[in-house]
Order: sequence, then C-alpha cells, then structure tokens
Amino acid sequence: MLKLERVSKTFHPGTIHEKRALQELELHLAPGEFVTVIGGNGAGKSTLLNAVAGVWPVDSGKILIDSVDVTALPEHKRAAFIGRVFQDPMMGTAPNMQIEENLALAMRRGKKRGLRWGVTKAEREEYHERLKTLGLGLENRMEDKVGLLSGGQRQALTLLMAALQRPKLLLLDEHTAALDPATAGKVLELSDQIVAENQLTALMITHNMRDALTHGNRIIMMHAGRIILDISGEEKKKLTKKDLLDRFAALSGVQEETDEVLLS
Amino acid sequence: MYLGVFIGSLSLANLISRMPAAVAQGFIWGMMALGVYITFRLLDVADLSVDGSFATGGAVTVMLILAGWSAWAALLAAVAVGVVCGLCTGLLHTKLGIPAILAGILTQFALYSINLRIMTKANQTASIKKFGMVWEEGHKGFLLSSLYVPQAILTGLLLTAMLVALLYWYFGTEQGSALRATGANPHMSRAQGINVGNMKLIGLALSNGVVALSGGLMTQFQGTADVNMGRGAIVIGLAAIIIGEVLCDALFTKGANFAVRLCFVALGGIAYYIVMVVILWLRLDPNDLKLFTALIVAVFLAVPYLQGQRRPAVAQARRGGKEG
Repeated sequence: MLKLERVSKTFHPGTIHEKRALQELELHLAPGEFVTVIGGNGAGKSTLLNAVAGVWPVDSGKILIDSVDVTALPEHKRAAFIGRVFQDPMMGTAPNMQIEENLALAMRRGKKRGLRWGVTKAEREEYHERLKTLGLGLENRMEDKVGLLSGGQRQALTLLMAALQRPKLLLLDEHTAALDPATAGKVLELSDQIVAENQLTALMITHNMRDALTHGNRIIMMHAGRIILDISGEEKKKLTKKDLLDRFAALSGVQEETDEVLLS
Repeated sequence: MYLGVFIGSLSLANLISRMPAAVAQGFIWGMMALGVYITFRLLDVADLSVDGSFATGGAVTVMLILAGWSAWAALLAAVAVGVVCGLCTGLLHTKLGIPAILAGILTQFALYSINLRIMTKANQTASIKKFGMVWEEGHKGFLLSSLYVPQAILTGLLLTAMLVALLYWYFGTEQGSALRATGANPHMSRAQGINVGNMKLIGLALSNGVVALSGGLMTQFQGTADVNMGRGAIVIGLAAIIIGEVLCDALFTKGANFAVRLCFVALGGIAYYIVMVVILWLRLDPNDLKLFTALIVAVFLAVPYLQGQRRPAVAQARRGGKEG
C-alpha cells in the first residue's frame, strides 16, 4: 500500500545545522498493516511521516501509495490518499468552525469543492451516527464550535475525520502524546477501533514503548534516519520492552540501557 | 463656564439634520468593511491593498460614466478591476512568497500610479444625472447620491442586503467553507486536501472586488473620484468590523450566526461614520479624525490580547491569595 524507495532528506544542507534526517530509507507496507514506529529523539520518525504526507519534497528517492507515484505531488493533492492525526490537538481541526462543518470538510478530502452547499442534510444524519461510535456525546453537539472541545475530544474527532473518507493510509504522529494518560488510552482504543472497522493501513509514531508493543501488527525502530529493526506477526506479539531495549543497544551502538533514548 | 457656552453653541437640530446623509454614506463604508472582513477575519490576512483598490473602484467608475457607460455597468467593471487588484496581491503572496502584508503594500503603492493613469489626473467629477443607477424624472428609483439622501439610504440598504446574502451563501458552500478553514487552520486545510494558496487567491480577489464596488459607490455618492479617496480604507474597515463585532457580542451573548455577524459588520460601517459626524459636530479638528480612528482601532485590537495575557496571571494571583 505504501512503498518508500531509497528516500533521503537532509535539512539545512551545507550549514553547521545540517541534519541528515532520512538516509536512503526503504519501507514497504502491505494493505492492512498497522505499524508502530519507535525511536529516539531525532531518529527521523516525524520526518518519515512528513515525507509521506508531502509537507516538503524529499531530496531523492520515490514514494508510492497504492502503486501511484506521489513523490512530486504537493501536500494537498496527496491528502486524497492520506488521513492524518497530529501530535498537537489544535492542529487537526478548525477551532472556529462547527463540529459538523469540520466533518464536512473531511468528507470532501480529495474531491472537488464547488458551489454546492457545504453541509447537506443527509450528511448530517451520517455524521450523527458516526459521532455516536466515539461514545463522547458529540453527536448532540454537532453545531458547537470545535474550539469548545477538550484535547481528547478533538483528537477523537480528528481520527473520525481522517477515516471519514476511507484513506489508503492513516498517519498518526504521536497523536496521544499531549493527552493525559486516561484520555490517551481512550484515544488509542478508538484508533484501534477505527483502523479495524475500516481495515486501514496505518503508521503510528509513539513515544510510549508499551503502546508500540500492544498496538498494531508490526513494529519498526528508527535510528539516525534509518530503520534498524522491523518485526511483525507472531514475533511482534511475543516482543517485550526488555527485548526492544536490548536490541536497540545492540543495533544502534548506543549503550545507555534506559528508556530515555526511546521514550524521548 | 466655557464648557456651558460651548455646549450651548452646539445645535442638536444640526446634528440630526446630518444623520440621514451619514447613514447613507455609512452603508458604503459598511460594504467596504464586509470586503475587509473576508481577508481580515475569515482568511486571517491583513490586506493593505484595499487602500488602493477602493480608489481604483472609484476611478474606473467615474471614467466609464464619463465615457457614457451606465452606472450599473461601470460598477460591474469596477468590481472586475478590483478582483484583478486582489489577484495581484494574492499572486505576489502565494506564488512569489512575499509576506501578505508586504504584498498588499506593494499593490497599494502601484495602484496609486495606476489610478492616476486611469483618471489622467488626481480627481474627476461627473454630472450627478449620469450617476443615477436608474434615473427617473422626479428623482425616484434607485439612486445613490449625496444630493438625494432618502433614495441613497434605500439603495444603500438594498445593496448591502444583497451583498450580505451573497456572502452568506458563498461562505456556506463547499468552496467558501474551504476558504474559512484556510483562515482558521492552514495545517488542517492542507491535510484535508485544500489548496491553501488558491483559497487565499480567491479570498483576496473577492475582498478587493467588494472594496472596489464600495469605492465605485462612494464615487457615485459624492459625484467625484479622487486618487486619495482610499487612504486609510483598511483602518476604517477594521474600525467598522470591530465596532460591529462589539455591538454583536453585546446583543447576542450566546453567539450569533454568520448572517447576523455580517449584518453587524455592515452596521459597524454606519456606526463608524455616525461617530465621525458626531466628532465633526463637536467641532473637533477634522485633521485629527485619522488619529482618533487609529487610536480606537489600536485599543480594540489590543483588548483581546491583553485579556489573554492577564487571565492566567489573575488566576494565579487568586490561587495564591487563597493558599496564603
């Protein structure tokens, strides 16, 4: 579903701040794979997601989504294939627009926006049903501005928006990092539910190793702009936190046996 | 003592007699404020090109009327030219990466020369008879002229109502919603597949079209266009928006829908002009008007910011007080 071929990206090339964020990265996601991405600060996790989303062009390499070469497509055109939830709950929604207006915007992802009315009556009923599945009571607040919602409610809504128009790929960029533990748990549960219901292919960055182990069906670990570990299937199910730390130390050459490298 | 004499010298009858003309002209400023509202509030861009496009609207209108065009046709042409002005600013901003505020200043600056070219000199006057949108003997029908104030108020009201209806409809459509989303959250908009650059282009074009329309109407109202007529239009627009929003929030404490908000922005234009007339009636120096306007706008723009700054500090102080 997603294919990255020798993708490289260097920030601030030729300066003292030069940062080789992705180095000839190779990644292939089969349809229905739900991949959790872990790695230390600056490992290139967010850069990987931004490269796929098209936030900026990559320096070299190819990105294919469902066999379509999207390497040269700008962010808003790639959005036709991709649903996204960001780390900052403020980033995924328009705060001064209504819940139903935000959903209507997401409903038209990848479609032409013309001079038809922005939210139709039939859509409203669909949104009502979809919002019910979140179990947050938002279906009774459809005309409320999103700015009135809490961070967790916003992330739940953003998740729903990302899947409203079934994406070929779902990108979750540490989307629970800014939430309190209870809310984060609830949003992760919703993420699982939405991925399962829509049979989505997903990439989820997390700073929490337990979450990385308990969610998804494949785990990749990044270090210095490369994927240094890639485990899926039965092997992933048996994987423990200690295994991960040991293998991280062995593979990255970083001896520090603490969570911090991976957790940060 | 002096104050008593001063107040005694003011004639309330004089003020009242000035009101209808103030309202008529206020409608025109209200329409301009609606144009500014599109960029300032919906697109979150302070577009300074309006100072130029307002005068461009006036220049195009007066020259076409002098050339024998009907008042309506001249206005439509003014709108089209205004749209082009907005596109210039938009292209400078979105395609050439010039910050929006600077792009607006460049367009405004260039338009000064262009307006002089259009008018061939600093100002142009046309006979009032030619300005009637529908001229009938006995001065009935739609007419926007300072010489026929009741008709001007009616025409202003109808045009404003049409403009509000049009904007309400457009910003409710899929494209209009995408434009509002662009102003509200460009990150989210891109992630939802909205071409943010194009939305900015459309918004700036639309805004300047509306502003040029009001410039054309002002020219019809005054019977003349002047190369300096748009000076400070952006500030007047902001003042009208702010006055309108304050009134709206005061009357609709639970929040008002979009159509009501647009009406209040237009009302803000009228209120602004009435305040100006009152200031003149108080015999304050007209040269100070712009200073007053700027001060009022600065204060009202600062209030939400200062409130935001103060709130946590106050909350902390309260908590601290309780603990102590």
